[in-house]
Amino acid sequence: MIMAKAKPIDEIINMIANFDKILLAGCNGCVAVCEAGGLKEVQTLASALRIYFSQQGKRMEIDEISLTRQCDKEYLQELKDKMDTYDAVVSLACGAGVQFLAEMYTQKPIFPAVDTCFIGVTLEQGVWSERCLACGQCVLATTGGICPVARCSKRMLNGPCGGSEKGKCELSVVLNKEIPCGWQLIYDRLKSLGQLDRFKVPAEDKDWTVNRDGGPRDIVREDVRP
Amino acid sequence: MNAKTPSNLEKILAAGHLAVTSECGPPRNGNADTVPKKAGMIRDYVDSINITDNQTAVVRQCSLAACIRLKLMGIDPVLQMVTRDRNRIAIQSDLLGATSFGIYNILCLTGDHQRFGDHPNSANVFDLDSTKLIQTVKMMRDEGRLLGGYEMNEGRPQMFIGAAENPFADPFEIRVFRLAKKVAAGAQFIQTQCIYNMEKFKLWMQGVCDMGLHEQVAILAGVTPMKNVGMARYMKNRVPGIDVPDAIVKRLAGVPKEKQAEEGINICLEQIAELREVEGVRGFHIMAIEWEEKVPEIVERAGLYPRPKVD
Repeated sequence: MIMAKAKPIDEIINMIANFDKILLAGCNGCVAVCEAGGLKEVQTLASALRIYFSQQGKRMEIDEISLTRQCDKEYLQELKDKMDTYDAVVSLACGAGVQFLAEMYTQKPIFPAVDTCFIGVTLEQGVWSERCLACGQCVLATTGGICPVARCSKRMLNGPCGGSEKGKCELSVVLNKEIPCGWQLIYDRLKSLGQLDRFKVPAEDKDWTVNRDGGPRDIVREDVRP
Repeated sequence: MNAKTPSNLEKILAAGHLAVTSECGPPRNGNADTVPKKAGMIRDYVDSINITDNQTAVVRQCSLAACIRLKLMGIDPVLQMVTRDRNRIAIQSDLLGATSFGIYNILCLTGDHQRFGDHPNSANVFDLDSTKLIQTVKMMRDEGRLLGGYEMNEGRPQMFIGAAENPFADPFEIRVFRLAKKVAAGAQFIQTQCIYNMEKFKLWMQGVCDMGLHEQVAILAGVTPMKNVGMARYMKNRVPGIDVPDAIVKRLAGVPKEKQAEEGINICLEQIAELREVEGVRGFHIMAIEWEEKVPEIVERAGLYPRPKVD
């Protein structure tokens, strides 16, 4: 799932301070699950903004909504009738949702309320962690189901590097947090699977064209097109 | 073993001598004299001189430019190259540029992460890793091809290919395999991480010899003299992948401050004496960090001077 976190409120205030009527639009997809941009967060943000602007003596009308998803046109259409009544929209969706909203409502200023961070998992309530960089060429079959691209700080395909110590990435020292060495994890896993031989062969060349090449990556599937 | 490139280092090793290499870190400015001055101090005491490539991810004069300076002085440089800052286009381009200046040694590295350095907010590249870099140089040299498939009719790199290995990083069990992988990729010499934990190094070398790798690759044992106990503590606690036993810290702490540098040199000499007896050790890489002026003394006192002349 795509993980995001709320932007500092000052940043949002600066974006909208010159408007009089805005819509806060949440998304009930990923950002709701990671508690950054669902209906609950829309309500909280709306309250905070109302308090702020009322203390400033500024009239600011704020409406709230949360769409099923902001990455599908059919749900964005729901805003069609009311859109003209707003000066601007603050979207709490991920970067994809914010952009899709802007693509559909070309005349309307659209602002992001969250920073989109990564594709990850919920480790425990309130703790999310990255697992996938969407590199476009999955290597998990050869690495015991643990991704070196996402989990090695140097994206090494022939790791670990010389800085791996007691199972920790060398960056643990600089960043003052325990970062597991991705290649230690891969080693432990391959060992338990009896597949350590994989360490003896240099990895295949990585084709980064599927990672970030030639504009937005598209998937076109004729079998599911209308 | 016959040398296949004009590299002095390769010839020294091919002739069966213990090799001695050292390194110079370029300055954090554009001064033309710094590297030649450092290199001038040590040139007669070593077979080749490494030029580090923005080590610890701190911006410095570029390794290739500094290597060219050494080459113009008649010194055999080892071009260190990290994959952190360059994609395969830039890497191969630099290799061709180095070739045009007659640079015959390369040390293939992935490089310290940029968060360690003076530009922690920079983007990294890591298009290739060190192993893939080794394969790339080998392909360019032996097959005359670039990664993209282009065939060179002339001007192929003639490079003696080196890599680093750290016997002290974890998991220890795969450190010999990892060397094997680099050898399979094409590494011909290895400069190890600084060795302080002799026992662990010997254990690793045993594994290297058991696999017969010591006959396929020349292992140069890395040593770094400690300037003082502060440096020893820093290396022990703050530098990932360096294993400094307590005994060394204690020994340095046990002598007065003004004698610690001398004690550091003594420890280094004892290490060299011990390491030269270890099966598979084919030479030494002396990394005297911002202390290049001590290299001649170390080489002389270690009985490694004068350096042999080879053609």
